[in-house]
Order: sequence, then C-alpha cells, then structure tokens
Amino acid sequence: MSEIDQRDGVNRRKVLECMTWCGTGVLWTIAGGVPHSLGIMGEAQAAESRGLTFLQISDSHVGFDKPANPNALGTLEEAIAKVNGLPQKPAFMLHTGDISHLSKEKEFDDADHIISQSRLDVHYVPGEHDLIDADQGKIYRERYGKAAKGAGWYSFDANGVHFIGLVNVVDLKAGGLGNLGNEQLEWLENDVKGRSASTPIVLFAHIPLWTVSQEWGWGTQDGAQALSYLKKFGSITVLNGHIHQVMQKVEGNVTFHTARSTAFPQPAPGTAPSPGPMKVPDDQLRKMLGIANVTFKQNEQRLAIIDSPLQG
Amino acid sequence: MWRPIITSSALGAVVGSVLAAGVLLARAEGTPNTVTIDNFFFTPGTITVKAGTTVTWTNKDDIPHGIGSANNAFPKSKALDTDNSYSFTFATPGTYQYFCYLHPKMVGSIVVEQ
Repeated sequence: MSEIDQRDGVNRRKVLECMTWCGTGVLWTIAGGVPHSLGIMGEAQAAESRGLTFLQISDSHVGFDKPANPNALGTLEEAIAKVNGLPQKPAFMLHTGDISHLSKEKEFDDADHIISQSRLDVHYVPGEHDLIDADQGKIYRERYGKAAKGAGWYSFDANGVHFIGLVNVVDLKAGGLGNLGNEQLEWLENDVKGRSASTPIVLFAHIPLWTVSQEWGWGTQDGAQALSYLKKFGSITVLNGHIHQVMQKVEGNVTFHTARSTAFPQPAPGTAPSPGPMKVPDDQLRKMLGIANVTFKQNEQRLAIIDSPLQG
Repeated sequence: MWRPIITSSALGAVVGSVLAAGVLLARAEGTPNTVTIDNFFFTPGTITVKAGTTVTWTNKDDIPHGIGSANNAFPKSKALDTDNSYSFTFATPGTYQYFCYLHPKMVGSIVVEQ
C-alpha cells in the first residue's frame, strides 16, 4: 500500500469515526464502574428494546424571556416534540426541577400544557425557582407533591429499579451549597433499609449531589451523607439538573450525571464571571439544550444514558 | 436618629475615611444606600450605615435572587426578578449578615452604626 493510500485509509476511518460521533448522540454504558462509549444512537436504540427506558428533562424555566433565550416555552415544546419522536416510547419521564422561572401559576400551567403532550407519567422534584411563590412552594406542592413527604421527596419502583426523588433546594444556609436536611436524610435511610443490595437505585434531585463547583455552589453539602446510606447497593445512578450542561462522573458503583436544560445554557465552571444564563449565537442555542434518555438492561446492572441536543 | 448633615460631614472629615465620606455624600444627596446584585455578587459586599438608614438591593442579573439574613435578623425579601428591588430600614446598630436564599454562596453584610 502506498503512502498516499495509507493516508487515505486513515482519512476514511476518521471520516467514519466522525460520522459515528457527530450529530447522533453518545451512548455511555457503565459496567463495573468503567464507562465506555458504545457508539451510535442506533446501537443505543437497539439496547433500549431490552430493558426499562425512561427520560429525563430539566430546567425548563418557563417564563424566562431574557436574551439567552427569549422563548423558553418554545424550546420546551421542541424538547417534548423530540421525546414524541423517539422510536421507542419511554416508560415515564423525570423532571429534575426548575419547571418554572418564578413559580407563577401561569408558568406552571404553560409547562404542564406542553409537557402533557408527551402523554407520559412525569415524576418531578423541585428546583429553587419552583418554590419562590409567596407561600414558599405551596403551588408546587399542590400540583406535583401531593403524595410526597416534606418539601416534596418520595420514592417509587419500576421494573425492579428503585427511584428516589430528593429535594435539595430548601432551607439553604448562608455560604453553603444545596441542602437535604436531617428529616429527609432520616427518611432516605429508612427508605432504602431492607432493600436487596442488587436493587438498582436511581436518585434524582435538582442540584448535583456531588460538588461540581464549590465556588458556584454547584453541589449539596450533605450529599455525601445521603450516598453513605446507599453503600451496599451495586448500581447507583444520580441524575441532576441545575447546571444546564451535561457532566458525568463515575465513582465506584455511583454514576453521577447532569442533564441539559430545555431553556438556556450556563457556562462551564470557571469559564465565566458567574453561572448566569449564557448568551450564545442563535444557531448554537439548540445544540446546547436537550433531553436525556436512560436505559436499564435488566439483570445486567448496566445503565446507558444518551444526551440528545434539540439540534445537531 | 438622623443627625444634621453638617454634623455628619464634620464627623466624616475628622474620621477621614473614604468609605464614610461616600456614605455621607450619598446621604447628603438624599439617596438611600444601595447594594447592586450583579453577576451573582452583592456589590459592595459590605456597607456601613448609620442606624435608621434604608438599604436598597437591586437585582441586575437575568436570574432571580432573594435576600435572606442569618437567624432572620431582618425580614427576607420576595424573589427579586431582574430590576426588582428590596428595601429595609435598619433601626438597630449591629452587623447583619445576609445571603441569597436561592444561591447561598452569595453573601454580604450591613454594618449599622449608632
């Protein structure tokens, strides 16, 4: 093979790699705590047909109308259209908070109207933006938290997976991070007591339970204590929002993952003076918003998370 | 509570503090002391005022913030959307630590002098 041919060979392979990675979405498979990418969306979808698939959306911020995205309701609608276009219908949806921007009835009404078009059951946890009505979360609790404990925490089971929704946006302390509080921690300890160690656990909450950025308050001060109650479990997945970007970390049996917002992007830690809404060129916005599709293969303790942007 | 301006100015000159002078200048112009919320910071982070001064916080961010105080030493604000303000009159001397109850990494203090 001539030098030129070799170079062509490399180039062709590179093109194929690029086709694999660009514009499709990346499937992460976690086995034995080691993440590796499997490849294209097609393989991910094949995997989905053999287990439980559910969806995560986050940070809709309905009511937000600033330059970073003057139409947050519109991009939520696009996200739900993307959900409806999935080849396999997810079992249900998790919303990891900041449904609304200012906890107004109309914002919740508008969000519910759009999200209900997915015709999926939705399990919510509140973000800090959902609890700033005059009664500090009354509207949220009446709409989404009737069956929940305390400020809105609860658990449920689906296909042998135990799901736990936590609230870490209440009673925040000066200088601190997200906060679960003793009452919720006690409840969590009791909730998982007596469950088999082989039960896959999915914890979901608004603010990351691990410290993404101390400086920007992107973490939960008693998150490690919550995770200490889960030590015996072989598969723990922690799904959060709040930071409006995808981040993933694997630590032992625990996979931490944050989802994109459907409303506006925020900067990566340390790349901007503040974590506020990031204005990007109009043609870039939809590449930075999106949804996350999560699959469990039964009996394999394996989890696949696919983050799909609204566009690109 | 409010001293005649002339006395305060004289005191400012004696103390010779730039900060005190600034505060007195603001009072001389009849404006309350203000704290701006910008880029997830309270600016200035600490202000010193005389007892009886009304302090006003104004949110210049695209994200709502809320003023809460350590041990609820003064009433918390409603959530402040962009360009919304909150004011409180500090009658009692002391140091008041406060923070944003939505983003508690944001902290500031008001020092109220006799």
